[in-house]
Amino acid sequence: MSAGEANPIRDAQTTAIAGAVTATQPGLMTYRILHIGGRVLLYALLIIVGMTMLLPLLWMISTSLKHPGEIFILPPKWLPNPPQWGNYVQLFDVLPFGLFVFNSIKIAVLATVGALLSCSMAAFAFARMRFPGRNFIFAVALSTLMIPFHVTLIPLFALYRDLGWLGTHLPLTVPFFFGAAFGIFLMRQFYLTIPQELVEAARIDGCNFIQIYYRIFLPLSKPALATLGIFTFLGSWNNLMGPLIFLTKVESMTVTLGLTLLTGQTGGRWELIQAGAVISILPIIVMFFLGQEHFIQGIARTGLKG
Amino acid sequence: MRGRFREFWGSNRKREAIEAYILILPMIVGLIVFTAGPVLASLYFSFTRWNLLSRPKWQGFDNYIELSHDPLFWITIKNTAFYVLGTVPTGTVLALLLAIALNQKIRMLAVFRTIYFLPVVSSVVAISVLWLWLYQADFGLVNQFLRFLGFRGVRWLSSTTWAMPAIIIMSIWHGLGYNIVIFIAGLQGIPQDYYEAATVDGATAWHKFFNITIPLLSPVTFFVITLSIINSFQVFAQAYVMTQGGPVNATKTIVYYLYQQGFMHFHMGYASALAYVLFIIIVALTLFQFWFQQRWVHYEI
Repeated sequence: MSAGEANPIRDAQTTAIAGAVTATQPGLMTYRILHIGGRVLLYALLIIVGMTMLLPLLWMISTSLKHPGEIFILPPKWLPNPPQWGNYVQLFDVLPFGLFVFNSIKIAVLATVGALLSCSMAAFAFARMRFPGRNFIFAVALSTLMIPFHVTLIPLFALYRDLGWLGTHLPLTVPFFFGAAFGIFLMRQFYLTIPQELVEAARIDGCNFIQIYYRIFLPLSKPALATLGIFTFLGSWNNLMGPLIFLTKVESMTVTLGLTLLTGQTGGRWELIQAGAVISILPIIVMFFLGQEHFIQGIARTGLKG
Repeated sequence: MRGRFREFWGSNRKREAIEAYILILPMIVGLIVFTAGPVLASLYFSFTRWNLLSRPKWQGFDNYIELSHDPLFWITIKNTAFYVLGTVPTGTVLALLLAIALNQKIRMLAVFRTIYFLPVVSSVVAISVLWLWLYQADFGLVNQFLRFLGFRGVRWLSSTTWAMPAIIIMSIWHGLGYNIVIFIAGLQGIPQDYYEAATVDGATAWHKFFNITIPLLSPVTFFVITLSIINSFQVFAQAYVMTQGGPVNATKTIVYYLYQQGFMHFHMGYASALAYVLFIIIVALTLFQFWFQQRWVHYEI
């Protein structure tokens, strides 16, 4: 960690010095000093904020590997010695975290598949086909972006109860197969950028629109699908309110919901609680590192088009 | 074969429309069953007394009248407004400043951006569980750091004064990376010629910031603010995990109260009225922002 701190500072100095050397015009001493000072301040700011972001997360991992005797000591100890990997084993005895992770993955994967299919289908029609009522239906769909989820919560709860869905994963997966405004909007924006010639050529070859959708547009839209997929997976994984209301049995709970039980179940065993937190964010962090560009570009794109 | 199909369907236009309706059918069903239907049902329930077991009983505006006399309701409105005012302006300004800093041809930009983004992908629940420990009064890192700086530290989550600020600080920390990414994209969309022209004219960095960056970034700023307000009005998980709305209702938010009324006390009619009040606040604020943007947002690019 100390290496991670030192490097940016050294880089900052190198850049600053390089910057000063290139400013070769005579008599610009003040400019050089200001420039070097500015760069140093800039990197200092970025590093301080970076530490603020990173240290709590490292503290979470550190705590999760501590012996109970190492938790309540002053000054705080950053490196558990030796690391108590057994905490993670103990965690699985307190609550079925393995099952929670499995449930979360199952729900998130189904939700993602559903969203990708239903949103890309509708988006293709809105972007590339002509039909009566198109603009009106699209406007209505977009306006639902303003509706807070909580307004629909109570009727949906009653509906799922009457259908016998409470306690199952159906309320958290089935609706995703029926489209969502955000995903449709995102996919439509992407489909609008695909050249119309492709559609016309395929029409001449005798393809109907549904064939054009799944043979041409779907394969071409992998970047947008990746973005929507990541967002849907993340939203499903991190969701609290849905699982809290709809999942009534411990066996059906997700890892995010299970984590809320941990504070009560462990009687304040911070090392176990933090181990649970680590398990709940680890899959997401791994996914983030794998698909980082899609994350960043997706947010940037939706942000700018909004 | 294909020709006969075409005859069967009639004109190309008609066939195209039918195919389009097939593609949007799932979305239409979803819109009716999972959104529009529940929104209308919720409005109806808000005029009834209903505990989920018996049939909803119509009682006109009683729930709304009761709400207006419910001190707890006004407390949750005040708390939520405090949370929104605490997170949105600070979060937006910090994100903008950091995005500008990151946009200065920084080495290892990707490393910084990744680190800033790590909290964003983590769930609010995991983050709340972590900060519950960070805010722990005697051994939590936050107070240890404050003591290191010479302050005494406070009992963050068990103090009626500090519990909400604690949640606000944590939420800004959690959401900062998201807005930074949007702002960086916005900054990179500003044509460099503007800055070059301004430099030729002898403009200072300060002038460039206020006369080029701020106006040309305003559509992005508008997007960030609008989205942040909509999201922060629905704050729930932080209060649920960290404080259960306490101490003494200091962190009870509108959605927390809705959850409590609906799913702990089964006052479904009352909870529906609460949901509608939240809905109206969000729609009104969003419309207000779209009206108000005409005064400060520039769409010149």
